[in-house]
Amino acid sequence: MSETSLSTLAAQLAGKQISSRELAQQYLDRIAALNPAINAFITVDAEKTLLEAAAADALIAAGQAGPLTGVPIAHKDIFCTDGWLTTCGSKMLSNFVAPYDAHVIQRFKAAGMPSLGKTNMDEFAMGSSNETSYFGTVKNPWNPAYVPGGSSGGAAACVAARMAPAATGTDTGGSIRQPAALCGITGLKPTYGLVSRYGMIAFASSLDQAGPMAPSAEDCALLLNAMTGFDPKDSTSLDREKEDYTRDLDKPLAGLRVGLPKEFFAEGLNSEVAAAVEAAVNELKKLGATPVEISLANSQLAIPVYYVLAPAEASSNLSRFDGVRYGYRAPEYASLDDMYCKTRAQGFGAEVKRRILIGAYVLSHGYYDAYYLQAQKIRRLIADDFGAAFKACDVILGPTAPGTAFKLGEKSDDPVEMYLNDLYTIPANLAGLPGMSLPCGFDAQGLPIGLQLVGNYFSEAKMLNVAHQYQRVTDWHTRAPEGLK
Amino acid sequence: MKWETVIGLEVHTQLATKSKIFSGSSTAFGAAPNTQASAVDIALPGVLPVLNRGAVECAIKFALAIGANLNRVNVFDRKNYFYPDLPKGYQISQLAKPIVEGGALKIQVGDSERTINLTRAHMEEDAGKSLHEDFHGMTGIDLNRAGTPLLEIVSEPEMRSSAEAVAYARALHTLVTWIGICDGNMQEGSFRVDANVSVRPVGQAEFGTRREIKNLNSFRFLQQAIDYEVRWQIETLEDGGRIEQATVLFDPDTGETRMMRSKEDAHDYRYFPDPDLLPVRLDEDWIEAVRATLPELPAAMQARFQRDYGVSAYDAAVLTGSRALADYFEAAAKACGQGKLAANWVMGELSAALNKAELDIAQSPVSAARLGTLIARIQDGTLSGKLARQVFEGLWEGAGEVDAIIEARGLKQMSDSGELEKIVDEVLAANPKSVEEFRSGKEKAFNALVGQVMKASRGKANPAQVNELLKAKLQ
Repeated sequence: MSETSLSTLAAQLAGKQISSRELAQQYLDRIAALNPAINAFITVDAEKTLLEAAAADALIAAGQAGPLTGVPIAHKDIFCTDGWLTTCGSKMLSNFVAPYDAHVIQRFKAAGMPSLGKTNMDEFAMGSSNETSYFGTVKNPWNPAYVPGGSSGGAAACVAARMAPAATGTDTGGSIRQPAALCGITGLKPTYGLVSRYGMIAFASSLDQAGPMAPSAEDCALLLNAMTGFDPKDSTSLDREKEDYTRDLDKPLAGLRVGLPKEFFAEGLNSEVAAAVEAAVNELKKLGATPVEISLANSQLAIPVYYVLAPAEASSNLSRFDGVRYGYRAPEYASLDDMYCKTRAQGFGAEVKRRILIGAYVLSHGYYDAYYLQAQKIRRLIADDFGAAFKACDVILGPTAPGTAFKLGEKSDDPVEMYLNDLYTIPANLAGLPGMSLPCGFDAQGLPIGLQLVGNYFSEAKMLNVAHQYQRVTDWHTRAPEGLK
Repeated sequence: MKWETVIGLEVHTQLATKSKIFSGSSTAFGAAPNTQASAVDIALPGVLPVLNRGAVECAIKFALAIGANLNRVNVFDRKNYFYPDLPKGYQISQLAKPIVEGGALKIQVGDSERTINLTRAHMEEDAGKSLHEDFHGMTGIDLNRAGTPLLEIVSEPEMRSSAEAVAYARALHTLVTWIGICDGNMQEGSFRVDANVSVRPVGQAEFGTRREIKNLNSFRFLQQAIDYEVRWQIETLEDGGRIEQATVLFDPDTGETRMMRSKEDAHDYRYFPDPDLLPVRLDEDWIEAVRATLPELPAAMQARFQRDYGVSAYDAAVLTGSRALADYFEAAAKACGQGKLAANWVMGELSAALNKAELDIAQSPVSAARLGTLIARIQDGTLSGKLARQVFEGLWEGAGEVDAIIEARGLKQMSDSGELEKIVDEVLAANPKSVEEFRSGKEKAFNALVGQVMKASRGKANPAQVNELLKAKLQ
């Protein structure tokens, strides 16, 4: 079971070799066995899962099954899920049971995919190691002394540990791709606007985008088919014709121009990661692709730009957590202002507070032009760099993160060091471009290495094509951590 | 020292859309607390705003009605502050790129007409309500109003007296109700006025320091508040004091303004473009489609009333005080073909009766068609003015059609000249003294005879006919 692709599982379900209930039960058993050590899930509710699985079985029996009906999936705890605790990894929402389904949840329910539970994450998706979660650190299944990455660390870890065949994630500055890389799975952040943000608790609205996380590119293509589509409830959702993201998986790569940004192979990149990525380029060359050197000169400004814009939006997005209507409220307070102060001081963790403070600062009177407006201008320049690059290449390739997983606690006291982990992933968010990470090797300690692809707008099918062709000739993505039995 | 008053108004008009500006909840007034608050309105985690195009159309209508510029691309911003009835912790408004800029409104103060220029008008959402009574040391929050669409209309500081400010506010109130973008109900808060008031020595070019009087919900309070504030500012300055920029509230019970917060307490709202909403783009087709739905505007109607019905400029201005009044007048005028007479009746008898009964023109018990028939009966000689007022009373009481009332109450003017001649002869025979006096040159005596004839006919004689007959008989 642990090496089974979504298409195989779907075929087994359709062929009645296994029922959705039986399949869900197998995963629930594995969660029960492994989650205490990994801590990938915040909420598991076997009863709800099995009810949804039974409904999927009824659809299959009635001949109304879709391509993924009955295959279970785990959801990041950032998606509001009707009747489920939805915490966003925060004490602030530690008591919040959502009264409605996020659009993404609706989509997967409509696809007949039972939910295995809600996965752990950095608080409000702010973090690159999952150490900011109020619900405890997630352990990397490849080595529990190491972080799984973040913020979708629970999602990546549960897929890597085969506690779920697939998971949803969200990516604001690399939160799908970086944990996918650190946990040795495949994850894709779509073009901004392709997946509705309705019901996905906002971190930085202009950057947030939900996407699939699973062992392989083929799995991600199937999941993307289920989750994309116009949503009138999200004004930034794009009204486009529906695509089949599996359509180009089997296309040969002959003639493909792969852009290698010289800035992504410069100082700061771990040599083992560099070697693995270069080896992957060689594999693609064998498949007919041509490497092209490109430059994304302004991408070096991506981290400072991101740490102005994302906190600015976050400082406003998180204002609704005020203790008035739902969520945590300080037990004792002397006045309204005191209630706000204590509730937010107690309800938010240090990293969230740091970003709210930064955000409030850069938006404040007298600083707005120097920080926020300036950052928006550079954001434009970063997007323009990509525009120029895509004239010379079809897809951009580089490392997902500068290194492999780091030790728990190693960077948690140094925010800037932590922020540098998203050096290569943030530019795609700033430009609104799709990006994905796929496994391309292991370091000497046996920790996974991630390869990043960044495509032009709406070129998910092409990225998935490249990734799938690579995965046809490599087996990194099929490897699972040993010793998790 | 002589002082000059400078006033600018910011008016929050609640737009008459069925649903809220960023959610599908109803905007109807008076529902039980929090029954018209959806997931979006209460700002649950994860929810997103979607712009109601109806609100944009209201703003377009307003811009077209005042000859303003419509920003073809305009942007929603977030205004960040904490308050329990502000669910998101920010209000969605427009700061840097509002939908409407410029435009002007004509006002009439006494005999003089002035034009007041507008600075801008922008769309925003209303907050909810905090209820401090009935909760014993706690505060109740009603979010029914949260997300109700508003158009905040900002004038230039061009008014120089409370009378001008009231005239401007009234003209604006007339216009927004006229074009149907606001129900104008001031008690329910559909039209709320903030007044920025300052004074300066006459002849000084720069403005004095202003204080903003918040949330005035009647024209009377607007006038009282400004008058008090101006007196207070002048006294303060003349006593050697200084005016500090501040926000003040008007207390209708004391008739005074009092400080709410000083400039030092002013929030830093940390405005920035709302990343959940795309810039609003207005294409020409949309603007033209909205233009086609605009009714004839008050200014155009005034000109037409003067031209078509021969009414004076002043009467035309009064008759276009509201669209309902203008429509009523026009229907009555058309029904009788007598514009000036219709204007006199609408502005005279009818307005007086409505005022006395505290009724709006729309609630008039006398329909425009019946008033028109009544006027027609005056014109065709059936009724004298005096009889007509009696018929009007019948109409007001709901006694039926004009002719039926005339018939039932025997109010028909005497048209049979034989019958009238008989009465005239009787009166002349009974009043030899008056006849004698008239013949000896006393004009007054003639009026006494007319009075006697009218009395004898119980008011039904046609006064013109009586005059004619008497003159003939006395020669």
